[in-house]
Amino acid sequence: MKRLLASTAIALALSLPAVAQEYQPDPAAKAGGTITVTYKDDVATLDPAIGYDWQNWSMIKSLFDGLMDYVPGTTELRPGLAESYEISDDGQTFTFKLRTGVKFHNGREMTAEDVKYSLDRVTLPATQSPGAGFFGSIKGFDQMMDGSATTLAGVTVVDPTTVKIELSRPDATFLHVMALNFASVVPKEAVDAANGDFGKQPVGTGAFKLAEWTLGQKLVFEKNADYWRAGVPYLDGVVFEVGQEPIVALLRLQNGEVDVPGDGIPPAKFVEVMGDPAQAARVVEGGQLHTGYITLNVTLPPLDKPEVRKAINMAINKERITQIINGRAVPATQPLPPSMPGYTEGYAGIPYDVEGAKKLLADAGLADGFETELYVMNTDPNPRIAQAIQQDLAAIGVKASIQSLAQANVIEAGGAGTAPMVWSGGMAWIADFPDPSNFYGPILGCAGAGEGGWNWSKYCNEALDAKATEADSITDASKMADRMKLWSDVYMGVMEDAPWVPVFNEQRYTMKSERMGGADALYVDPVSIPINYDYVYVK
Amino acid sequence: MGPYLLRRLVQSALILLGVSFITFVLLYVLPADPVRQIAGRSATAATVESIRRQLGLDQPFLVQYGRYLFGLIQGDLGRSYLQKTEVAALIASRLPATLLLMAGAIVCELVLGLAMGIAAALWRGRAADQVLMTTSFVTVSAPQFVVGLLLLYVFAVWLRWFPIGGYGTFAHLVLPALTLGILGSGWYARMMRSSMIDVLRADFIRTARAKGLGRGRVVLRHALPNAILPVIAMIGIDIGIFMGGIVVVESVFGWPGIGQLAWQAIQRVDIPIIMGVTLVSACAIVIGNLLADLIAPMIDPRIRLR
Repeated sequence: MKRLLASTAIALALSLPAVAQEYQPDPAAKAGGTITVTYKDDVATLDPAIGYDWQNWSMIKSLFDGLMDYVPGTTELRPGLAESYEISDDGQTFTFKLRTGVKFHNGREMTAEDVKYSLDRVTLPATQSPGAGFFGSIKGFDQMMDGSATTLAGVTVVDPTTVKIELSRPDATFLHVMALNFASVVPKEAVDAANGDFGKQPVGTGAFKLAEWTLGQKLVFEKNADYWRAGVPYLDGVVFEVGQEPIVALLRLQNGEVDVPGDGIPPAKFVEVMGDPAQAARVVEGGQLHTGYITLNVTLPPLDKPEVRKAINMAINKERITQIINGRAVPATQPLPPSMPGYTEGYAGIPYDVEGAKKLLADAGLADGFETELYVMNTDPNPRIAQAIQQDLAAIGVKASIQSLAQANVIEAGGAGTAPMVWSGGMAWIADFPDPSNFYGPILGCAGAGEGGWNWSKYCNEALDAKATEADSITDASKMADRMKLWSDVYMGVMEDAPWVPVFNEQRYTMKSERMGGADALYVDPVSIPINYDYVYVK
Repeated sequence: MGPYLLRRLVQSALILLGVSFITFVLLYVLPADPVRQIAGRSATAATVESIRRQLGLDQPFLVQYGRYLFGLIQGDLGRSYLQKTEVAALIASRLPATLLLMAGAIVCELVLGLAMGIAAALWRGRAADQVLMTTSFVTVSAPQFVVGLLLLYVFAVWLRWFPIGGYGTFAHLVLPALTLGILGSGWYARMMRSSMIDVLRADFIRTARAKGLGRGRVVLRHALPNAILPVIAMIGIDIGIFMGGIVVVESVFGWPGIGQLAWQAIQRVDIPIIMGVTLVSACAIVIGNLLADLIAPMIDPRIRLR
């Protein structure tokens, strides 16, 4: 699935963060050179309204810009196409002042009309954008969804360089939403000219432009010489070669033919690579806003009993599971990953305690255990992890049969609520933006618990939902600590009901060729995975 | 010939109709919802329903199938659910790679198969014959992904004679074509052997030898052209076998053909692409079989088309 915002260390991640204006470029950086990045699968689309997988996310980032952006290598917000912005006292009106002289790749100057058009486009049902829901707090969103409007009432063009966006409710995450790819500014004439296939003929304002795309073979990005940010990008171009197995990509990297294997280091080669000092030196490690978890369907007996769910939490040996993936993760104690704001420090989680688990089961009248099913995606290492879970459960008398299926089928079973347990590997949640709210609504809140939603536990605690809404209504920057406290309470409340077994938080490993230059943070950039194409350079 | 061709064309159309129906049914009952793939994990129920309606996936099965057929008759294969690109354009962009791979595979299986078959026929009953026939049996039975990975490991990783997957030069073509061709070569070897043995027993060969012609010349100039005829007719049928193999081989070698397109589409439940590739493959098989049947009487006048 999609891997989005991740971070090595988020120093200060507040929901309305102090916006960093300047990024200090690497003094050693120099312009020139073209790098080669490989992928196994072809790129599905480069349309910022449509693209929602970890492969095209960073590509789209380099072709397009939104009003907001992140400081390279961090999760700190900075203005993008907006030069500055003002937020009204009630936190419900955002006025963005646009940069002047920004040109689309087709040469036309970007204006406030384009911003409005782009937001209308992404929320128009006909666009079928998977990201439309993120804009739910903009006034007029519901009318767009039900088809009674074709333009967002809350977005107003004040003058060619000013856009006013009114919200229907306070939304502490709104600036992050404006930094999502879905909020990228696109030129109407290019979308119209593409005749429904803008994803293959993208035109943006980004640091690179698409020069060539041979379907199934390669894409060539070429430096946008007129890019509005001075000095970047450093690279003359990026060639994405697709159809390359990760193992092949690694061999080619060793031969000096590839600079970055986009799919990462294949699990089977991980120990070998890390064991060779010369290769390990070219691997950059970073954290990411990811949690791998087991969902326990609270509507299916006997998992409807909290003590049974707690017993399962106590039965899982998380240390051993992280060993299965060569230690490329840290054991998790709670739904939020450690680098996410709102993470509860000092909370040890439900401890690994086989005897305690047996006792809890006995108390629940299930001393002899029970039979259940564990759904898992059928690609390595997930079936192996499922087997470890199966063994852990067997130790407390729970017989879980493993349903190893293609991703789409697991998602279907999870969404339909027919799966008692799902191991999230391969589909695990990685934050869209670095804010605790993004880990709640769709996967733990009542909104996602309906038929087909991503809340596969079908867990719905209305008191916690109310608390979550309360937290996201706090837009006053001075009350951010209160907001994070509320979020921490929400997730502690979740642990109380134990609809999940949080298992581990994955680490990220990016391998690069000898000649690649730039700070390590750019190679584990939380937003641009695998790397931040705009700021890396060739030595 | 005329009525025969007409009847075969009608039959072919019916076969394609049947294929389209069966594939559509299979995709319809698949326990995976394409709308969820499009809508993504953050979508609200309203978004999901809206997309379902727009794609007509809320309609009864027969309505959906009817609409698909209606488009198909007009040459419209629809648009990819996830890429939003015309399926016809996606297939057209990848078809040349698949055709090249198939041409390469045919050359491989002919060269390998005929050489093995002729050699086995000439050394009939001896150790070489047995070795060759056992080999042909193995090649016919070996799964393609195993053969592919084996060739990749030996010739690309270990010996470094060929690139490790990819597309573009002749060297890239060799291993995937060989993988695909090796399967058929076993069949050809067996066909060629028996055909050659038959021909070598024929009177005109004895006459040629009696005239004092050398053994090599007799085999190459007299026996081969006669023995090869029934074998050639098999190529048409091979196209069908290849169509099954390309999904595996193209994925293993990163070959940018329609097999790889289909594989990626299957993972993402991109139904229009799966339908499109299936129909194009079925067309190729039908055309291949038709050609095989049409060619047969041209090379052997004893066969009559009725």
